[in-house]
Amino acid sequence: MKEKSKSYYGQQKAVNGFIQVLLLVLGIIWILPLCWVILTSFREEPGSYTSYFWPKGFTVNNYVNLITQDQQFKFTKWFFNTLLVSVISCLGSTLIVLAVSFALSRLRFKMRKPLMNVALILGMFPGFMSMIAVYYILKGMNFLSNPLVCLTLVYIAGAGLQYYIAKGFFDTLPKALDEAAYLDGATKSQVFFKITLPLSKPIIVYTILTSFMAPWVDYIFPSIICGSEYDSYTVALGMFKMLEREFIGAYYTQFAAGAVLVSIPIAALFISMQKYYVEGVTGGAVKG
Amino acid sequence: MTEAEYYILPWYKKLICKASGALKKTGRGLVRFFQGIPGAVLSLFRKLGNGFKNYGMTFVKGGLLTKLSYVIMGAGNLFRGQIVKGLIFLLAQAAYIWFMITNGASCIAGLKNLGTVQRGWYFDEELGIDVMRENDDNSMLILLYGIFALFITAAFIILYVTNISSAAEAEKLSKSGAKLPKFKDDVAALLDGKFHKTLLAFPIAGVLIFTIVPLVYMILLAFTNYDKDHQVPANLFTWVGLDNFKTMLGANSTLSQTFWPVLGWTLIWAVFATFLNYVFGIILALLINKKGIRFKSFYRTLFVLAIAVPQFVSLLVMKNMLAEAGPVNVLLTELGLISSPLPFFTDPTWARVTVILVNLWIGIPYTMLITSGILMNIPDDLYEAARIDGASPFIMFTKITMPYVLFVTTPYLITQFIGNINNFNVIYFLTGGNPATLDYYQAGKTDLLVTWLYKLTVNSRDYCYASTIGILVFVICSVISLITFRNSQSYNNEEAFQ
Repeated sequence: MKEKSKSYYGQQKAVNGFIQVLLLVLGIIWILPLCWVILTSFREEPGSYTSYFWPKGFTVNNYVNLITQDQQFKFTKWFFNTLLVSVISCLGSTLIVLAVSFALSRLRFKMRKPLMNVALILGMFPGFMSMIAVYYILKGMNFLSNPLVCLTLVYIAGAGLQYYIAKGFFDTLPKALDEAAYLDGATKSQVFFKITLPLSKPIIVYTILTSFMAPWVDYIFPSIICGSEYDSYTVALGMFKMLEREFIGAYYTQFAAGAVLVSIPIAALFISMQKYYVEGVTGGAVKG
Repeated sequence: MTEAEYYILPWYKKLICKASGALKKTGRGLVRFFQGIPGAVLSLFRKLGNGFKNYGMTFVKGGLLTKLSYVIMGAGNLFRGQIVKGLIFLLAQAAYIWFMITNGASCIAGLKNLGTVQRGWYFDEELGIDVMRENDDNSMLILLYGIFALFITAAFIILYVTNISSAAEAEKLSKSGAKLPKFKDDVAALLDGKFHKTLLAFPIAGVLIFTIVPLVYMILLAFTNYDKDHQVPANLFTWVGLDNFKTMLGANSTLSQTFWPVLGWTLIWAVFATFLNYVFGIILALLINKKGIRFKSFYRTLFVLAIAVPQFVSLLVMKNMLAEAGPVNVLLTELGLISSPLPFFTDPTWARVTVILVNLWIGIPYTMLITSGILMNIPDDLYEAARIDGASPFIMFTKITMPYVLFVTTPYLITQFIGNINNFNVIYFLTGGNPATLDYYQAGKTDLLVTWLYKLTVNSRDYCYASTIGILVFVICSVISLITFRNSQSYNNEEAFQ
């Protein structure tokens, strides 16, 4: 008996050892591309392809050139463009998301279900099917001379449809709280500002972070709006430009440097809010 | 068939049994959906009918001021002391009439054939030379302005109906001797009883202008011939009815010979991308969370890091690593494993497998992240009991883990499937739809319907075909999710936890 249990544990140990090795290999596969970007960003010799993994020489010039030079690529300008768009659109979007999800979750009115169904239907059209039309509408409104304003406006306007996760959160707040407040004569706006919002810190943080990140990672829409307005490019758009055939040879290492600079804050934000992300996605489902 | 009979079946028969069950369920869902349509339409008409009935009844029963409101908006409010409200109605009416006279009517009329005067040269007899025709029509702008005019009209109709009900309300109140609400009270109501209107007004306006109007515009384009031979402003385009759909779904055009294979690949891609990510993600989560494994949080962060990096960075890097002269090929050649570079993105089959594999690199950590918490919630005694009964780890995975996780994450799975049908980033950044082929019109072998749509709008400017594809994608997505979503608990039972 004793021997048998020993062999069971021995087997378990072997299995665990195997899994440990497997995880290590998988981890290396997953992290390798990222290491490669970081190494490339410090690589001394230019060019997009090298026949070796480890650079022959290291330098920080890629970063310095990327930030200081602005004849061909204005990375610093793009960076602050994106920052500006994302800060403003994040403020606007957060207000809108909270307002919409509170209305759809905590208030009861005739058009509630129809509105939600419309939002569901709108979500099923391919997102950028309408982008060309948005482009013409903005052109008609004479906004196109300032693409950054357009981008901000469209991001904020689109926020009205991204209420699912925040609504899921509001759905879980106990209704008794609101009812108690109403009994004490509170108005609905007071309930919103003084009861629901203070209780919703996690979801407010989540909404702020996601809407802040969106302009950094969006490529398609800026590419349609900005066209050749070089000065108003966002980071994603500008960096994609660096990989065009005529630039890639000379600028690949700078592209890698830019990728590292952009990825660090975005990755940090994502990792810090992964908990809310998971809750948001599964929250609606756990109830089922 | 009883349960016992099912259990003695060989495995492949069980599979057939399961599959036919699932098919039957889907079929039933479809039938239920289509059975629901007449009911919905009927109730819509009933509501409309009731609305018109009310409209007539209010006119017949109402007093002079209410009757006056049918012609002059706001009269019912204005003459009963609700000055501000009445003035708003009146101003809205004046503005609308002014708009219709100056612009609106001609905008809406233009929708009929989208312009008649084509740009071109004509012979000016006075000058004796050819001159460019001025005031030519631009079909695209005519369509856009027409849609705007229609939306403004719809908004006005809503306001008009509100005006009538408000007049009737005012009459009722003044007859019963109650004090009419002042404008101040109406504003206060916007923060209380009608708070939803305050909250939703701005978001709805935003969605209306930047989502719904553009979408309606694109949908209408699918019924025109706005392709590369009918570009504005040099040419006009006009309505062609369902022709684009016939070309797209028919059999004899290059478009349909592109559409069907691309649709096939889109579905294959969506199935593989969704389910492989899902299963492997769960397995990875199980491995990391297994008892006795060390550095759990280290591994978790490692994998999450791969998805925390913006996709345009990670995918472009992947593209370069797997390129013909990229590090992976160079490394394999130097190790002597291959003699010529592997055609990751140049051979159609290789390219398709590569995008699915690279998508695994992105997708597995997502599933891992989401299912980790769920897996830890599975009661341990279930596994204990199974182990005592002699179940193998594989059996435990298929009989305990998967059903439990599936139960919780079905909505996520559906969203993922729809998301993969519309997965633009992976294909666009990785292959750009290439390798190109002459069999297809404007599409490559790895193009999904959405990337093809993008190419049709940006490269060849075949807007009408792009819109047709957009509508077809919408139909596919909505059929899939209507069947599954509407049966899910979180849709039907959202108040369960309040």
